Amino acid sequence: MEEKQNSQTSLDFNQNIFKPTSRQEIVEIVKTCYKKNIPLEINGLKSKNKIGRNFQSEKTLDLSDYKGIIDYKPEELYIKVKAGTPLKEIIKELDKNNQQLAFEPNDFGYLFSGESNSGSIGGVVSCNFAGSRRFKVGSVRDHILGFQGINGKGETIKSGGTVVKNVTGYDLSKLISGSFGTLTILTELSIKVLPKPETSKTLVIKNPHLKKALDFLGKALSSSTDPSGGVFYPDYFGKDFVLNDLTHDGGLTAIRIEGPTNSVDQRVKRLSKELGLLDQELSILENEQSNIFWNRTKNLEVFKKLESNLLRIVLPISETLQVIQKLKSYDIKYFVDWGGSLIWAAFETLDAKILSDIKDIVKKHQGYITLIKIEDDLKASADIFTIDPIKYKISEKIKRSFDPKRIFNPGKMYTGI
Amino acid sequence: MSSLQMPKVDNAIMSKKDKIASDLRRIINFKNVLSNPDELRPFETDGLTAYRQMPLLVVMPETVEEVSQILKYCNENKVKVVPRGAGTGLSGGSMPLEDCVLMAMGKFNKIIEIDYENRCVVTQPCVTNLAITHAVQDKGFYYAPDPSSQIACSIGGNVAENSGGVHSLKYGATTNNLLGIQVVLMDGTVTKFGGKAMDAEGYDFLGLMTGSEGLLGVITEVTVKILKSPEVVKAALVGFPSIEDAGNCVAEIIAEGCIPAGMEIMDKALTKATNDYSKAGYPTDAEAMMIVEFDGTEHEVEAYIQKTKEIAEKNNSSSLKISKSNEERLKFWAGRKAAFPACGVLAPDYMCMDGSIPRGKLAEVLNEISRLSKKYNLPVANAFHAGDGNLHPLIMFDANDKESLRKCEEFGADILKYCVKVGGALTGEHGVGIEKRELMCEAFNDKDIQQQLTIKVALDPNSLLNPGKVYPILRKCAEEGRVHVHGGKTKFPDIPRF
Repeated sequence: MEEKQNSQTSLDFNQNIFKPTSRQEIVEIVKTCYKKNIPLEINGLKSKNKIGRNFQSEKTLDLSDYKGIIDYKPEELYIKVKAGTPLKEIIKELDKNNQQLAFEPNDFGYLFSGESNSGSIGGVVSCNFAGSRRFKVGSVRDHILGFQGINGKGETIKSGGTVVKNVTGYDLSKLISGSFGTLTILTELSIKVLPKPETSKTLVIKNPHLKKALDFLGKALSSSTDPSGGVFYPDYFGKDFVLNDLTHDGGLTAIRIEGPTNSVDQRVKRLSKELGLLDQELSILENEQSNIFWNRTKNLEVFKKLESNLLRIVLPISETLQVIQKLKSYDIKYFVDWGGSLIWAAFETLDAKILSDIKDIVKKHQGYITLIKIEDDLKASADIFTIDPIKYKISEKIKRSFDPKRIFNPGKMYTGI
Repeated sequence: MSSLQMPKVDNAIMSKKDKIASDLRRIINFKNVLSNPDELRPFETDGLTAYRQMPLLVVMPETVEEVSQILKYCNENKVKVVPRGAGTGLSGGSMPLEDCVLMAMGKFNKIIEIDYENRCVVTQPCVTNLAITHAVQDKGFYYAPDPSSQIACSIGGNVAENSGGVHSLKYGATTNNLLGIQVVLMDGTVTKFGGKAMDAEGYDFLGLMTGSEGLLGVITEVTVKILKSPEVVKAALVGFPSIEDAGNCVAEIIAEGCIPAGMEIMDKALTKATNDYSKAGYPTDAEAMMIVEFDGTEHEVEAYIQKTKEIAEKNNSSSLKISKSNEERLKFWAGRKAAFPACGVLAPDYMCMDGSIPRGKLAEVLNEISRLSKKYNLPVANAFHAGDGNLHPLIMFDANDKESLRKCEEFGADILKYCVKVGGALTGEHGVGIEKRELMCEAFNDKDIQQQLTIKVALDPNSLLNPGKVYPILRKCAEEGRVHVHGGKTKFPDIPRF
């Protein structure tokens, strides 16, 4: 896969948007930008490019044509792809072998544009937002076996490989996950894939109360029934989940159980017993409807075309109840994912003062907030990501070690980085 | 053992030993600074006993503040520091340098908090891996990564090396089971990466530190997630007439969607050696033997075991036993866990290699190892974490015979190079340390290594923290890379190694 780095391409540097199809072109663009101190905005399929701070960049690097599956070995449980490959294409390929990306990345298309846009794999890795299975299988970063990228000097670098067990050198795959394109331009990614579970079933408990919901989720996640999803939707979202197997339209707590069919049946039964549930407060979603339910959750469909502000709040489970109770003094709509650790909260009104108050609350409870969708006026003044001075200093050093002239997405995460 | 080049000794530091010792004694309890040779001796090596070096001094801090002050002092005075946990590492990661202060973290040995609500444990770094499980098992929980040295290795060392274990196929290695760490950087900065909330924002420093082999910071606190213990665990012991059949069986089990908790293969040489040693009841006539373990609920385990049985038969299995009790299951593992001492009986010395390969290349790599074994005229036995492709060839030799040692070193390096050639890695779980340092250029080019070194410089500009480890000093690929054991005597002969 090594291409020669010194072969020349006919790069027209006058254009403002570059759409490279080869690594050599990317290298050349970066080398020129490095030499001329030109900042670059890096994009894939733009499904999540509104997340992060606004920043000035003279040129845009659009990686949507740098795509394709390089190598897929189902029996070795990995797929190697170019970074601009649409997630949909990868999932379609994995479907053929009944495999999946276990981390169920969120589809932010519904939120930002009203329809599905699950983005490119490079974008998914750069944002590191994992779906409902997070507490069981880990985040996006836990599934990245290795990568190849271009650093800020235009050098091609790699880390990791295609094998699961690899402790050779620093684990840079972790570092580039969630770095929002500020460290390297990803070119290739090797990702761990896993077999799809034979069956998925979801236990839906009719329950409008957060406290009770968190109690159910806590018990379920600490039981040996091994759930792979746990959410709570308050009353106002109940009607979004009317399915054949689910006629209840009020608040609900849903717990997913996956695996071989007979084991799933056994565990669903056991779990409903452990939670002391009565038949009338319970619905079971069979495989297909269970999948629909969790897709809607992953796609944040309850926030489709949301006008107001959406915040992503991550907390230790023990803190969730108190934090939501405090947030309820604002005009919010929310749901809880990750078995109680993740709150997606839409604020009808949000200003700098409210934001600062909310951040204080969350910080006090050992969590953090990421501003996912936020009005432009506020975006200009607010910190999208939160960071303390010590980590800022370290981040600055790490940024410089990859991108010494700060040409990749400068300021997208933090001022000066 | 061929001599190993380490960073140039700073004579100015050597001549100031007494001053440094007395300065450090002002920072921490004077009894916790060791300076006379008798006191330093126990620290001269870690689990890679072939290499020994007395440190200049040993410090044993008791608080995070002390760690910070010592590092700050050493940074300002350009004194090298080598951190050390339990000292069980197999790649020489905590081997001292002649002019270093060895920071022994042994006094950080308390579990700080058990938090069942958030399903995590906050602990000091020198608590052993197994002690975490012991602390939570009465409530039915456990800590998943299980390096075979888990009775002795420290959790801080696990973080530094990103340790795996038999169960890492299903449950991941240390990096996948960590929630947060507190770290002290070389300039004395104390900070926390991650915490009880998942996926901390910003750059993933938790991921960067994990597996960085003590080069980027000293770990002073660790938060790990704990899991509910599985209800049922069962294992199958399967014999095969050829390595190819065993390899195909592994591939098919995975392809069928069964993810075992553990899956091990041993070749005929090792099956026989371990069976003779531990009377595990292994099929010694089989060319390859597989232990496959499933955990979960009763129905789930039954379903997987049934499927495994069908797949094994399809792949010409010559024998198949399913564990009927927990005792029987542990007996299946007893032989496998005795792989190291069993080899110790067969030859005066052995080297344990630690390569990672794609699962499907097992037969090809074993054939190559067998070819090399003939070429170098040294016997070899192979153990393989088949689930995640981690291969441990044990090369038998006689260290008293220089020619035998040289051949063994070359043989080992050839194996690791071949692992890289087929798409694998130089080390699956033992780490690079000093052992495979010069082989790094087999896996990485100059630019890759330079990028990593730039990160090191960003956090430790004077390269004082654990220098001479992981990255090549010679800038050439020397023929090194193994764990050496003489006369069956490891540093900790009672710790299982596999």
